[in-house]
Amino acid sequence: MRVLAAMSGGVDSAVAAARAVDAGHEVVGVHLALSRAGGTLRTGSRGCCTIEDAMDARRAADRLGIPFYVWDFSERFRDEVIDDFIAEYRAGRTPNPCMRCNEKIKFAALLERAIELGFDAVCTGHYATLVETPGGRELHRASDAAKDQSYVLGVLDADQLAHCLFPLGSTPSKAVVRAEAEARGLTVAHKPDSHDICFIPDGDTKGWLAERVGVAEGPIVDRSGTQVGTHDGAHAYTVGQRRGLALGRPAPDGKPRFVLEIRPVTNTVVVGPKEALATAEIAGSRVSWAGRSPSVASFACDVQIRAHADPVPARAELVDGEVVVTPDLPLDGVATGQTAVLYEGTRVIGQFTIDRTRSAVPVEV
Amino acid sequence: MSIYLDHAASTPLRPEAREAWLEATEVVGNASSIHANGQSARRVLEDARERLAAAVGCDPIEIVITSGGTEAVNLALKGLWQTRRSGTSDIVLPDGEHHASIDPVEWIARRDGVGIRSVPLTTSGAIDAAAFAAALPGAALATALVANNEVGTVNPVADLAQAAAAERVPLHLDAIAAFGHVPVSFAQLRGDARPGAGLLAMSVSAHKVGGPIGVGALVVARSARLDPLLHGGGQQRGLRSGTQDVAGAAAFAVAAELAVAELAEESERLSVMRDRLIAGVLATVAGAELLGDPIDRLPGNAHILFPDASGESLLFLLDMAGVSVSTGSACQAGVPEPSHVVTAMGRTEREAREVLRFTLGRSTTDADIDAALRVLPDAVERARAASGPRPDGRS
Repeated sequence: MRVLAAMSGGVDSAVAAARAVDAGHEVVGVHLALSRAGGTLRTGSRGCCTIEDAMDARRAADRLGIPFYVWDFSERFRDEVIDDFIAEYRAGRTPNPCMRCNEKIKFAALLERAIELGFDAVCTGHYATLVETPGGRELHRASDAAKDQSYVLGVLDADQLAHCLFPLGSTPSKAVVRAEAEARGLTVAHKPDSHDICFIPDGDTKGWLAERVGVAEGPIVDRSGTQVGTHDGAHAYTVGQRRGLALGRPAPDGKPRFVLEIRPVTNTVVVGPKEALATAEIAGSRVSWAGRSPSVASFACDVQIRAHADPVPARAELVDGEVVVTPDLPLDGVATGQTAVLYEGTRVIGQFTIDRTRSAVPVEV
Repeated sequence: MSIYLDHAASTPLRPEAREAWLEATEVVGNASSIHANGQSARRVLEDARERLAAAVGCDPIEIVITSGGTEAVNLALKGLWQTRRSGTSDIVLPDGEHHASIDPVEWIARRDGVGIRSVPLTTSGAIDAAAFAAALPGAALATALVANNEVGTVNPVADLAQAAAAERVPLHLDAIAAFGHVPVSFAQLRGDARPGAGLLAMSVSAHKVGGPIGVGALVVARSARLDPLLHGGGQQRGLRSGTQDVAGAAAFAVAAELAVAELAEESERLSVMRDRLIAGVLATVAGAELLGDPIDRLPGNAHILFPDASGESLLFLLDMAGVSVSTGSACQAGVPEPSHVVTAMGRTEREAREVLRFTLGRSTTDADIDAALRVLPDAVERARAASGPRPDGRS
């Protein structure tokens, strides 16, 4: 196959590209320039858009003896990922920009261009496995549960999965990848993993958002609507958060209070006891299926609501274009905007963006 | 198959220049040393300076050898500004100049709080001579390209130099893309301008004419007052301290001499091939358009707009097919920026991303043109498909 290896400058994508070469594919390395204001040098574990990262990717491609190009997706990235990130926070939701990037950039804009330019597949360093079955290609969890990234790939549909290559999926651990990189003479073998949001180079998400969303003081209320404090910008709060609320007086019951909800229209933060975080139902209408669509309108599954959350057994129902998921045990700290990925064992069934939640604990009036 | 059509980025080293370089490296010694070894090196250096001076049309003492074109331009602009900064005002910087000029001028403007007077380009990419003249009165200095390195349009430099002389404004000409490809004579362009005014400095580069990368020169008129960038041993009139690169100068001189000697014949050969390339592209690719002046252009330059095809995709597809071309614009970490020259010609930013620059040179043959014409239509078709929306409407 003609394979386009997306190379971030990190160790995973470099080893993935190397394995694609070993598998006999005709591989071309491409580094995505996602930011026009990228720093020149990498700082700590942040970012993937610096000149140094592009250089690392180029040197890895040199080492593998494959052609290498830098493609500019900065405009698409700004429009589809960064602006979306800001808009979601403005709307009081908690977005996952990496999923958005996979959905709109890596496996959309890049994949489309790759296909048109004559490639058969896009190869990345994601930890997930593809399984061929008579019913079509399936997306499964990686062998190494600790590194599994099937959650952030949950947005891929059948068409996209048909043009993917994830050579690292069956690797037992990241250590193996680093050792392999070292053995292959790749200079990125010991480069630290990137963790933070790549377009917020100093890692100060709160400050970055404050500049763009604006800071306005607003009320902190309890579930009955009584004001218990003030905040300096609702976007800085996340559902489930306990620290940093700076509430003057304790709750009547003396228990710590947690952020339960953000109401952007009134710039209000709702707080309450930990039990009130328990979510009995989540639902959303922005749905995609990884491979085949479910054949029945109601099915058992596991639901995962964060990249590193544990999957929880649940029942999913399709009602009027909406997926409604009822977990067997209540979920903790669910925020709208988050993505729920549904699994059947290790197989990704599909995903949806959480539009609404129902608490397990009714409001006491 | 490898077809090299990016000679404006760098053209292959001439064998004669390589020979001269190797020969010069056999000479032991520092050209500034007083002993016999130093004198031998100095002889080779000054021979080279004389030959280079003859090729660019100036006196040998006016040649300052630099590490390349960018250093030459920086020396000219910062050096001239430094001696004029008190009591004078703006710098004249036409649109569409090379970044080697834009960036130093913007740096000076930021640092010293002076204004930049821009001069519009015509739709064919030439500096508007009347607008240039109108921008000059009272300016501290002015700069201009002899020929645009991207779109290939040759500027009316005689008019620009004359206007600068008349307004007594110091002028620097960036001849890096033009020298060796169209006739350029410093003395002729300077004419009878008063001391310290008119054309005072002109930049040239070795690797654009078959010399080595890493060597350039600034022609500095005797009457020019400029401060050096590099301070030290006071070599080259004190304008460029540092041990002189004898071998680089020798190789540059040979390449420059040959380029000028072959200019008439070679520009005829190149422009015939270039016109065949242009005609072939326009005939086979729907919507393709030649940018820049069709007549007053560098003989080896074909700069073509391919509507709805991104230069980035085209570059990739042609490279995969073994054809090396360029988008012509500045790169940051390998990312082609939309061309500021193309937008200065009144085109949209989108169009400024849809251009390719083909530049022919000494090693270019008819077979290269044939090969490029063979692969282009398919590449454009594919690039257009890759730029467009998906058939299923998903974006």
